[in-house]
Amino acid sequence: MSSIKTVGVAGAGTMGAGIAIVAARAGFRTILYDTRQDTLDRARRQTEGFFAKSVQRGKLTAEAVETILGNLVGTTDIASMAECDMVIEAIFEDLKVKHGLFSDLNAVCPPHTIFASNTSTLSITEIAGGSGRPERVVGMHFCLPAQLMKLIEMSPGLTTAPEVFDAAWTFAEALGQRPVKTKDNPGFILNYFLVPFNNDAIRMVEAGVAEPADIDRAIKAGLGYPMGPLELLDLVGLDTQLLLCEALHGVTNDPRAACPPLVKRMIAANHLGRKSGRGFYNYDKDAMFGG
Amino acid sequence: MPYQLIDTGSSRSFPAAHALLDGGSAAGDVVILIGADAGSALNDVTDRASRAAILVELRTESLGTHTGESRGTEGSNVLGFARFRLGDGAPSDLVELVRQPATPDSAIAAAKAVLEGAGLKVAVCGDFAGRIIDRLVRPYYNASLRRLDEQLATADDLDLTLKLGLGYPEGPIGLLERTGLAHHYDVTAALFETIGTPDYAPARRAVVAKRRAEKGLT
Ligand SMILES: NC(=O)c1ccc[n+]([C@@H]2O[C@H](COP(=O)([O-])OP(=O)(O)OC[C@H]3O[C@@H](n4cnc5c(N)ncnc54)[C@H](O)[C@@H]3O)[C@@H](O)[C@H]2O)c1
Repeated sequence: MSSIKTVGVAGAGTMGAGIAIVAARAGFRTILYDTRQDTLDRARRQTEGFFAKSVQRGKLTAEAVETILGNLVGTTDIASMAECDMVIEAIFEDLKVKHGLFSDLNAVCPPHTIFASNTSTLSITEIAGGSGRPERVVGMHFCLPAQLMKLIEMSPGLTTAPEVFDAAWTFAEALGQRPVKTKDNPGFILNYFLVPFNNDAIRMVEAGVAEPADIDRAIKAGLGYPMGPLELLDLVGLDTQLLLCEALHGVTNDPRAACPPLVKRMIAANHLGRKSGRGFYNYDKDAMFGG
Repeated sequence: MPYQLIDTGSSRSFPAAHALLDGGSAAGDVVILIGADAGSALNDVTDRASRAAILVELRTESLGTHTGESRGTEGSNVLGFARFRLGDGAPSDLVELVRQPATPDSAIAAAKAVLEGAGLKVAVCGDFAGRIIDRLVRPYYNASLRRLDEQLATADDLDLTLKLGLGYPEGPIGLLERTGLAHHYDVTAALFETIGTPDYAPARRAVVAKRRAEKGLT
């Protein structure tokens, strides 16, 4: 049984909004905190839309959703986080910003509160170092989209107390998620493998080994992957891939993690992927809405 | 399109019955050479120049091994192909069709028509070591084996993470065990010979499996 009753989620962006859905759906009282009210408002609209679909699809009853939404509150006031037994942060991927948040939370939250970070590339130990309570910080890396994906990569930092890690693990299971234990290593498991793999695919395009569509078709039909690497990169965004490469290569020096030159050329040309209408493929932005 | 099938035996791509084998005739505009000696059988094909396409089954070697190469201008109606297959696993439906710089589009189109007509999916690629899939996945497999040694996570958790996180049907450790780590050694060692970067160097666990296989141990 998890002794955690009230969960805080800091950052109401792409990941935070999804993580808050997971916590509230699992029956925890959930407080979503962001510095921006407009972001909280958007998260609320997205959350209501998401649960309306859950009702339509028969996954949840209208009454259950009413209870869940009643248990999920948004706030721009960090003092409201004082009630939380666990806070998961999903704010900007910047060590200084995360240190700033955790030292503020450290002043507000009771001593037993566990701090978890959803960082994709930063070190849990380094984040813990600036938190004011390094023995109570763990890594909990959710996958996008958090409200649908079951996996959480859990990592203790060098200073994490074993009982804190165990409590976070029990909490992850109480969320209905599937935790896996990994080390405080750059990229944990998923990004450690995925970022260089995707770079290798980009280098194959650069080298003229095959066209993007042929590479994707081969990987899907040959290995049964649900998406080819270049389709996936268009979804993730080439600008995001650059950031991931810089973060990983910066700490590992693994040549496969180094950003391929083609990525920078594509960013310069605004070929960012789906979001700009063109990446390795062309997307007709009006295809769904145009008349 | 009628096609002629020449089977030299022990095909890795077609070890069992398949529509492509059933559909072959004694003559045709397209010639498909399968089996371990497909490349050598190229010399036995009559009227080579007049064929729409001649397909040679490849293993890890380049198409150029069979056609010869010159100054990056090589290319003819002779194409390479391999049905993707991991070690002892069953072959997939994916055929990598290998072209050279000057291969005419008409030869590619004729080859694709025959392969797709037999229910296969075709990805066209240049004559590069490892073609598409092996070139892309072998460094990933080696990295997984190395990270297992470094205890990044247990084998089960490594596999589960990649399945749940990326929707892969199988994780790398389970997949390599199922299809044979010694086979992985053979393929990645062949790529390492040509490409030479450490990511293709066989991981320790693959070396162990290969050495044991050589001694008849499992
Ligand atoms: N997007 C992904 O695919 C993904 C996947 C897994 C993990 N992550 C990690 O999750 C974290 C968030 O990523 P995202 O994509 O959701 O980012 P995002 O930009 O969508 O959201 C970040 C939110 O944090 C808020 N914020 C920034 N500073 C804050 C502060 N000091 N206090 C409170 N709120 C603050 C911002 O207003 C914004 O709403 C990052 O650490 C990222 O590495 C992202």
